Amino acid sequence: MSALLELKGVSRSFGGVTAVHEVTTSVRQGEIVGLIGPNGAGKTTLVNLVTGVHRIDAGEIVFDGRRISGLKPHRISHLGVARTFQVVQPFPDMTVADNVAAGALFAGGGASVAAARDAAYEHLEFVGLGELADTLASALTLPDRKRLELAKSLAIKPKLLLLDEVNAGLNSREIDDALELIQAIADRGVTIILIEHVIKVVLNLSRRLLVLHHGELIADGPPDQVVKDPHVVEAYLGARFAARMRGEPA
Amino acid sequence: MRRFDTILGPLVVLALLIGFAFVGDNYFLRLATFMLMYAVLALSWNFIGGMAGYPSFATAAFFGLGAYCGAILQKAGVPMFLSWAAAGLFTGVFAMLLGRAILHLKGHYFAIASLIVAEALREVVNTWTELTGGGMGLNLPVLQMDVTDQARFFFFAMLVVAASTFVLSAVVIRGKLGFGLSCIKQNEDAANILGVDATRYKVFAFVLSAVFVGPAGAIYAGWVNYIEPADAFDVLLSVKPIVMVILGGAGTLYGPVVGAFAFLILEEVVWRNVLTFHSGLLGLLIVLLVLFMPQGLIRVTARRLFRRTAAP
Repeated sequence: MSALLELKGVSRSFGGVTAVHEVTTSVRQGEIVGLIGPNGAGKTTLVNLVTGVHRIDAGEIVFDGRRISGLKPHRISHLGVARTFQVVQPFPDMTVADNVAAGALFAGGGASVAAARDAAYEHLEFVGLGELADTLASALTLPDRKRLELAKSLAIKPKLLLLDEVNAGLNSREIDDALELIQAIADRGVTIILIEHVIKVVLNLSRRLLVLHHGELIADGPPDQVVKDPHVVEAYLGARFAARMRGEPA
Repeated sequence: MRRFDTILGPLVVLALLIGFAFVGDNYFLRLATFMLMYAVLALSWNFIGGMAGYPSFATAAFFGLGAYCGAILQKAGVPMFLSWAAAGLFTGVFAMLLGRAILHLKGHYFAIASLIVAEALREVVNTWTELTGGGMGLNLPVLQMDVTDQARFFFFAMLVVAASTFVLSAVVIRGKLGFGLSCIKQNEDAANILGVDATRYKVFAFVLSAVFVGPAGAIYAGWVNYIEPADAFDVLLSVKPIVMVILGGAGTLYGPVVGAFAFLILEEVVWRNVLTFHSGLLGLLIVLLVLFMPQGLIRVTARRLFRRTAAP
């Protein structure tokens, strides 16, 4: 199968700090890929590079056979790349339905405001927010706001969905519900990159993990191999622990 | 019922205004012309400030530019209506170029950048004496009409511009552009990610906030027959529309009109009764109104007022 998203030697630094350093990888159509790494590893920066929020310093990003690095965020979303934000970003003074309608209208090929609103109701049913369509977004609870983020992303009819810590701040019951929903989205044929801080969450869904540490890709493979990789153990638990695991004296 | 609200209501107001032009005396015609001019400024500011949430102080720049553009063209022999239209076009193009330069700034930074434009233009007009008359100002050709006909003529001219601004506002607010501006106002990053071309939308709103202010300035110049830099680029021309829109209800269709009307009445009543301290009292009134009705007059209902006093 061909690659939907390709990163070729992508780098970006802020001042003297290298946030992402020569990351090369690709994601195939239909995959659910987990992207993990400790705090400050560069996960969110990578999402910002793919969605055009930040420019890349070096390398190239190709989506669906087309170079997208250098395009503006709204152009990239028109091509079918959606994302959720780590901190939810609703339009607080709009109804839940209008929040979703915005995505349908501007990037989802909506013909008119009315048509976009109709589409919005469908997406809201799908994520389980149908009942709350006419409430103000600012009145939603955190789990519902996360669902709203997902509905907004779906409204742009994405081929690729980047979920940036969509489970952060949820309890384990709510996480289970969210994972079920993510699986349902994947079943519709949407390719998903799941950015997570907690490995456990990713293991339920992904058959492939990417591990970022200090902006570099240090592991890429099936979860059971990746979690045993000494580099990964070292990144998460420190060099001493990694050495002890290998049976060497610390 | 909804149709009554959206079409019949404004038509009734329009009919009343037209009738008024033939009944009212010169003093009231003058006030009404000012009210229409204020409505143009407020409705215009509402595009960029109310709908997109960008606090523009550029209204005075657009007004002065329109006034001088119209006056200079008329002095050069261009027919009056054509010179008014040219003032709109010129101001619109100016707003597009200016918008591309400063609309990437946000909040206070944008406000300050837009505030400086009128000051800079005033200096240019002040020094470019051979074209603009500099500090001496410009005299415009006087219309060969009797005084009442003249007052009526400028009233109708302002009415046409105000009605056009209102109609365009109605179209924008209900359409895709208004939706996009509302997204930008509430969360620009999220709007971008959902496919809103924020830069283009903001520039569009900024141009809309200028194209009617230019002709209003040109008509004003013809109306008062004489303009000078301090008058045409008066910073109050930037501040008043903001107060009117906030007074009436920002981002709404009727709010700016209601706000312009309320502001004119306040201004006139206060000015007539407390001549020595009118600006101070007006300022105080505005502060109180904004404090107690932050959503604007348009969203105030008896019930809400009651609830406010019952449970503070």
